[in-house]
Amino acid sequence: MPRTGVFLCHCGSNIAGTVNIDQTIEASRNFPGVVHVDEYRYLCSEMGQDIIKKAIEDNNLDRVVVGTCSPRMHENTFRKAAAEAGLNPYLLEVANIREHCSWVHKDMEEGTPKAIALLRAAAAKVALNEALEAPKLEVEKRALVIGGGIAGIQAALDIAEAGYPVDIVEREPSIGGRMAQLEKTFPTLDCSACILTPKMVEAAQHPNINLITYAEVEEVNGFVGQFDVKIKQKARYVDPVKCTGCGICWEKCPAKAPSEFEMGLAKRKSIYVPFAQAVPMVPVIDKETCLYFRKGRCQICEKECPPQAIDYEQQDEIIERRYGAIVVATGFDQMDPSIYGEYGYGQHPDILTGLEFERLFNASGPTGGKVVRLSDGKPPKKVVFIQCVGSRDKARGMNYCSKICCMFTAKQAILLKEKLPDAKSYVFYIDVRTAGKGYEEFQRRAAEEYDVAYLRGQVGKIFPEGDHLVVHGVDSLSGKVVDIKADMVVLSAASIARADAPELGRKIGINTDSYNFFNEAHPKLKPVETHTAGIFIAGACQTPKDIPDTVAQASAAAVKAVGLLSKEMLQGEACTAEVDEAECSGCLHCVAVCPYTAIDAKEIEERYGDGTLKRTVAEVNPALCQGCGSCSAICRSGSINQKGFSNEQILAEVDAICLQR
Amino acid sequence: MTASNEGSRLIDEMKAQSGQDPADCYQCAKCSAACPVTAAMDLLPHQVIRYLQMGLEEELSNSKTPWICASCFTCAARCPRDLDLARMMEGVRLTVLRKREGNKFGPADLTPEQLEKLPQQALVSGFRKYNK
Repeated sequence: MPRTGVFLCHCGSNIAGTVNIDQTIEASRNFPGVVHVDEYRYLCSEMGQDIIKKAIEDNNLDRVVVGTCSPRMHENTFRKAAAEAGLNPYLLEVANIREHCSWVHKDMEEGTPKAIALLRAAAAKVALNEALEAPKLEVEKRALVIGGGIAGIQAALDIAEAGYPVDIVEREPSIGGRMAQLEKTFPTLDCSACILTPKMVEAAQHPNINLITYAEVEEVNGFVGQFDVKIKQKARYVDPVKCTGCGICWEKCPAKAPSEFEMGLAKRKSIYVPFAQAVPMVPVIDKETCLYFRKGRCQICEKECPPQAIDYEQQDEIIERRYGAIVVATGFDQMDPSIYGEYGYGQHPDILTGLEFERLFNASGPTGGKVVRLSDGKPPKKVVFIQCVGSRDKARGMNYCSKICCMFTAKQAILLKEKLPDAKSYVFYIDVRTAGKGYEEFQRRAAEEYDVAYLRGQVGKIFPEGDHLVVHGVDSLSGKVVDIKADMVVLSAASIARADAPELGRKIGINTDSYNFFNEAHPKLKPVETHTAGIFIAGACQTPKDIPDTVAQASAAAVKAVGLLSKEMLQGEACTAEVDEAECSGCLHCVAVCPYTAIDAKEIEERYGDGTLKRTVAEVNPALCQGCGSCSAICRSGSINQKGFSNEQILAEVDAICLQR
Repeated sequence: MTASNEGSRLIDEMKAQSGQDPADCYQCAKCSAACPVTAAMDLLPHQVIRYLQMGLEEELSNSKTPWICASCFTCAARCPRDLDLARMMEGVRLTVLRKREGNKFGPADLTPEQLEKLPQQALVSGFRKYNK
């Protein structure tokens, strides 16, 4: 017979308000095996833990049940306390009489019997608990960063500076991401490239950082400390070792395609680097538009390349590598606003999105830095900015606020006035949201010093009239309908998740929210962790974010990754599955359902009569098993048990609840 | 002027008639920007919702706007909050009419011949407007 101690927590009035503690104590004394019962106002406090420790020693307890909050909150606290008193921590069970009981019941009439039933079940289970040891797992001292924008670069630099090797996998031919597309950054108007390119170069030159550009993550297996990742390196058709980045190939290339980097507003060659400061400065050949790949002749780049770096025979390659931690920093996209018929986006060259307009300011952009109408090349006199195009719109767009638009619009209006002092900007807005250091002051400068007219209201339609675009809107504050004869219109299109974010999430085992942004583990207290240990998120792949927030989150994710990599060993899962080979029939259904590929078939020899018999059974690799219980649930012969949650233990709990009502 | 729609008969009845809640509106004024007949209105469409939010019954009852509304549903198609302002306008019209006109006629006032001849839609619409 075990010697079980039961300890009840009042949790202030959280539990004691709906569970009659005295009655529960009396009932607990009668559970089989219970030799000691105690209670305390806050069992998780040091005083409370001391009560448990002292009782274990004084009463020679070999099993403990605590009736407290959810095991997700304090199981570790109580297990550690038990261990300090010399008890194996897995001989302690938590009866969740708060979340599962007091919080969901209104009065003691209902709360008390349920608390007693849950405690009785826990006492029945703990009697069958066995002492367990958590295995120690090795940590691969290398991190993977997915995405080479400012978030990925910052996270990689911080991890590398802490002394660990990092690989950055970037889908595009160069790192840099969205920030590389920006002309200036708010609220200080730093030149974006001037503050980003030093970081890009630092990442490229850092001895601990390895850039894998023009590549995508194909597959992720394993678990925290030991993620086995397959990365597809797409063929560049250029040998990066030989290439000097001289640029002769893309100068001579006769084929053109819309430039992704310029948002389609300019052309690039079929062999290209996305932008002038690309890192690495090694071009790629776009197979879809390259004349040689399409028609079998041209090869001008090959003929002209001084170091003969062109290699049409290059193939996609799979890189397989093990990482201890992963940081996901895949960024965001801009919504296509053409679903808003009233704005006419896509039907007129002078109606642009914010990111497209941004490129017009850039000296190497589609207009060479001249802000002009794309229709006739003339500088605009009146520019109308429309906010919340697709944001805060539960009917046709996204329910959330994209957060960055109020600020980048103020920035673009200021830049416009600086480039074209005769130009006048109008901003249709619903609310101006400028929370952030120096943000409100910046937006007010736009209104007060740069003559930007802020109109509180929305736009009903935009239609061309002669050379102009008539913007028909409303100023709700004056209650007047407003018609503006504009030369250009800029739509603050919503920031949205990457379309393939859910697919990547499935590959690496993290989930996305209803907008396809990656979910953090806790909105306040675990903002960079995910529900999968060892995988962290940073930047706008979690939710729309500006650069300062992105950089801060990237550094936070890096610290979490470094904290993991700095551990000598990780504590593995103690509650792993175990096969009873005598009963296993070798059907291997468990192999099919195991999400961690932790189960394999094994041949065993058995004595049978005079001879021996060979048969197949399942075998669990405890290092890979994460204790999810799928195998145990599907096993037809009941021959797989999960330690700590064996069939016998679960049935004992059920019996305790059902048979003794 | 009260600044609360609590206990307002007009608001409650309008809500019941239209199935729309003015509290859902965040006053972006997209409806007013989209409306093709604002030139003839004394209150802009978004102001009608604002008046509903503030419980300004008297002012609403005296406004021309609900009667100018042609129920073209452009506002409803454009509203980012998924509100149907055309229905709300109809709710305001019904509520104002009922209050003003009282019980004008009911099914009992019609002869069986009339009931047979009149289109059902017109009958239902008439009862809704002129029957308390």
